[in-house]
Amino acid sequence: MNSTQKPARVVADFVLESMTPLGESYGLLLLRTEGELPPVFPGQFAQVRIDRSTSTFLRRPISICSAQPAEGRVELLVRRAGAGTDALLRTPVGSSVNLMLPLGRGFSVPENAERLLLVGGGVGVAPMMSLGLDLKARGYAPEFILGARSESDLLLIDRFKELGPVYVTTDDGSAGVKGVVTAHPRMQQPSDMVYCCGPKPMMVAVAKAAARVGSPCEVSLENMMACGLGACLCCVEKTVRGNVCVCTEGPVFNSNELTWLD
Amino acid sequence: MARLNVNIGSLQLKNPVLTASGTFGYGEEFSDFMDLSRLGGFIVKGTTLMARQGNDYPRMVETPSGMLNAVGLQNKGVSYFVDHIYPRIKDCGSEVIVNVSGATIDDYVAVAERLAPCDGIRAIEVNISCPNVKQGGMAFGTTPKGAAAVTAALREAWDRTLIVKLSPNVTDIAEIARAVEDEGADSVSLINTLMGMAVDVDRRRPYLSTITGGLSGPAVRPIAVRMVWQVAKAVKIPVIGLGGIMSGRDALEFMMAGATAVEVGTANFIDPAASVRIVDEIDDYCQKNNISDIREIIGII
Repeated sequence: MNSTQKPARVVADFVLESMTPLGESYGLLLLRTEGELPPVFPGQFAQVRIDRSTSTFLRRPISICSAQPAEGRVELLVRRAGAGTDALLRTPVGSSVNLMLPLGRGFSVPENAERLLLVGGGVGVAPMMSLGLDLKARGYAPEFILGARSESDLLLIDRFKELGPVYVTTDDGSAGVKGVVTAHPRMQQPSDMVYCCGPKPMMVAVAKAAARVGSPCEVSLENMMACGLGACLCCVEKTVRGNVCVCTEGPVFNSNELTWLD
Repeated sequence: MARLNVNIGSLQLKNPVLTASGTFGYGEEFSDFMDLSRLGGFIVKGTTLMARQGNDYPRMVETPSGMLNAVGLQNKGVSYFVDHIYPRIKDCGSEVIVNVSGATIDDYVAVAERLAPCDGIRAIEVNISCPNVKQGGMAFGTTPKGAAAVTAALREAWDRTLIVKLSPNVTDIAEIARAVEDEGADSVSLINTLMGMAVDVDRRRPYLSTITGGLSGPAVRPIAVRMVWQVAKAVKIPVIGLGGIMSGRDALEFMMAGATAVEVGTANFIDPAASVRIVDEIDDYCQKNNISDIREIIGII
């Protein structure tokens, strides 16, 4: 994986092949287009046009959960966050969905890495699935910490278990360790890289916990954006280099580039 | 497509479709999706003398058929543009127009002077209408006197095509347009964004870090068309129309109301190839309606 590589991007109509509801707030969309897609790197995202929404018109940025570019397939995990994503989750199977992808820079893997810890919460597990699949295929042995409010909110848990050890934390203690992801003892052990995607308070806590044991950490941000191409300059995050676009310089950042640890 | 040729001052455009400043980066961002040389031209991000970090996040929120933004002219400054960006885009086959911003009249002039050695830049668009900066910007654009002063100074400093971008946040936009025309502007473009505001009632806070921002998108189009019509009646110089253009038909609305050319803005965010699609849709309209020269329909209302 080379996070500095800039692959070609496309806009294409996809057919929604299946939509699996996951609890009340999430759905897993499997989409397919004619022909091949450009290479997709873990951590990249798609800008989804939501034609069925009557009250929104901008695209919605959605993390790519898995991709098979040769078959023109991508899988998106969508959280019902507002009118746009609600309309997306109501899209009938078999209808057309327009995507622009792959966008942004994904995760990096340090040389000679052995211990790789992937931490996901809520819809933030999507890029961890993409990264976990890629790491396993390349011979790494990723470990996962997945956090949720309670057992029924844990997403894609069986698929994560196929990729490596999965440690669970829940706020109510209904599964795994009671508490937030940083409460898990695995967080106290060093890693060659900690990857994290989830709500911002969780990412801040994970980045700090990683820093305490001397582990580098990459986080995936989901700032609000319009274009996804680095043109509108709306999704900026404050970094040590100043304001940079999350859509093109991210969404993945090394936590030491951000101003969170200060 | 010779029937689509139009002129803005001495600037000859192969078609009337430009992209609006701040919505199209430096063109390069869109080259995976379209052939830049098919555009009449594109107007690069608002450029200031010194680099600017812009406003704090959050800078945008979607609103009904539109969006508010409060970017605040984030850019790397004119020298960076001239040294690093211009060489990459100057041979793209399309007119590169630079949107010039400043906090003082001297700033505007200094930016224009720094751009002067770039022969490929045949026009600048002067931003006297940015609603998202504390100094300069819209302050110059909301009085005929302020607009005239900036225009007069730049007319001295810049002998190529001078376009002045007008703010809709005024009582009488035609009066500002006349003031700018009197000082020698070759064209006016309108409208910049309308100042707006949206509140997140769950958090009981404004969505934008700056509280207010600039509204763009289809929501503003009828206002923009009306203002273009009023300004086109009031001045003799060519008018460039913009505000929520999503299709060729939208662009033609502006042209019939008096615009010689148009700028496509927010549409680029949803369909990165919107601008070239709009060129094709205008051409199709001409074909179907036996229009041999687009100028036949400019300002027919």
